[in-house]
Amino acid sequence: MENQIFELQYAMDTFYFLVCGALVMWMAAGFAMLEAGLVRSKNTTEILTKNVALFAIASTMYLICGYQFMYDGGYFLSGVTTVSQMDDAAIAQVLVDSAEEGFDGGSVYSGASDFFFQVVFVATAMSIVSGAVAERMKLWAFLAFAVVMTGFIYPIEGGWTWGGKDVPFIGALSYSDYAGSGIVHLAGASAALAGVLLLGARKGKYNAKTGAPQAIPGANLPMATLGTFILWMGWFGFNGGSTLKLGGIGVANEVANVFLNTNAAAAGGLIAALFVARLLFGKADLTMALNGALAGLVAITAEPADPSPLLATIIGAMGGALVVFSIVGLDKLKIDDPVGAISVHGTVGIFGIFAVLLSDPDATFMGQLVGTLVIFGWVFATSLVVWFAIKAIMGIRVSEEEEEQGVDQSECGMDAYPEFTN
Amino acid sequence: MKLVTAIIKPFKLDDVREALSEIGVQGITVTEVKGFGRQKGHTELYRGAEYVVDFLPKVKLEIAIGEELYEQTIETITKAANTGKIGDGKIFVTNVEQIIRIRTGETGDEAV
Repeated sequence: MENQIFELQYAMDTFYFLVCGALVMWMAAGFAMLEAGLVRSKNTTEILTKNVALFAIASTMYLICGYQFMYDGGYFLSGVTTVSQMDDAAIAQVLVDSAEEGFDGGSVYSGASDFFFQVVFVATAMSIVSGAVAERMKLWAFLAFAVVMTGFIYPIEGGWTWGGKDVPFIGALSYSDYAGSGIVHLAGASAALAGVLLLGARKGKYNAKTGAPQAIPGANLPMATLGTFILWMGWFGFNGGSTLKLGGIGVANEVANVFLNTNAAAAGGLIAALFVARLLFGKADLTMALNGALAGLVAITAEPADPSPLLATIIGAMGGALVVFSIVGLDKLKIDDPVGAISVHGTVGIFGIFAVLLSDPDATFMGQLVGTLVIFGWVFATSLVVWFAIKAIMGIRVSEEEEEQGVDQSECGMDAYPEFTN
Repeated sequence: MKLVTAIIKPFKLDDVREALSEIGVQGITVTEVKGFGRQKGHTELYRGAEYVVDFLPKVKLEIAIGEELYEQTIETITKAANTGKIGDGKIFVTNVEQIIRIRTGETGDEAV
């Protein structure tokens, strides 16, 4: 009888990973729509190509070696139990492991579901970069970077954090990050920042004489909004799945609170960003509101379980307010980020890391600080090296004429809206 | 034969089209355009960056018309497209060298 309950727990926890993984995979559609909506129509096909390709590259590179670097899962997933490998002996072993953990212990679930859940996080981290470098980067340069980021840079950093491995010269980290404000979001933003610094701003983005930022409005705000809502929904899997277990009263309640807080933070972030934009700019800026919702989500991602619903809303709101100032601030520094990715995921990612201290008594300031520095330091430095190498070998920026004409033509040879005449 | 080109406010298109049908005008070509006359633009902010909205959306109608109807056409457009507010638009009249109906090959007044 007990074994049957263990079997159900295994099935439930496995199923939970799969469903949450599927929700996070859906975030890839969210990123694609959000970014496509915020760039100009002449650059739409290219950014969509980047988004679909990076997802496929992340899925493949993490399978080849990333999962091994991060969790010792085996090159080409040699450590993951296949269908034929789950024979009677393997099943018996699962039951032994479950008995050892007990009903309330660590979750015992299918290794394949673990990979599935992990791989979609890699894709999320990589996807953050595509928006920041939009409209002027060579497509293949970006894809080359994606291979290294998803196969090596992110897995190493993930190994030091979620993987529990020792960081060279520093040792084990005491860094708390439930679903990855730092591990995923700050990491993506760090890689993006390195790329943007080497890439330069879009032509005409900053006035040649005054340096004032010029507006380059996005082509499709309905898509940008749809993308945001898709990301919002996918985030329930992103944070919810990070509980890592469902079969049990305490842990199921935790999952429910994670969903609740995730939504509350997004709502708080959107409202705050809308207000701040209204105060600063005089009118309701939809794109800032969208960024605000995402900022709220990033802010709560490091600790979505412990805060009260009100605190979660406030944390989200702080993230939403912060992101507006960050976007304006980066423009002042002439760091051109067409979709606000570095602000949403980097600036607010750091905030989210430290927001953990507001509700988690076990987290420490030093632990969070060291973790932040390790993540940023590693990802930014290695990314800079890789971007630099790609720049030296093939160049990372399209020519001026190609940028004028639109990267849809130069990189993809096809318009997103070929019949659209204006 | 004349070509009457009218730039009007987009929301007036239906009114003008109906009024022209009533006086017997049989063919109109419509394009979406942007423009400004003495109606000045204004500045807006997009993610904190200023931009000037100079060009306002308008609709351009082109009507090839014979001598008999052309004065009535102008009157009709003027009345139907008028709101009394700045930005109502303009009408330009040019002479047409030749008109050909593609399907039948008719030319001149028969092709209008």
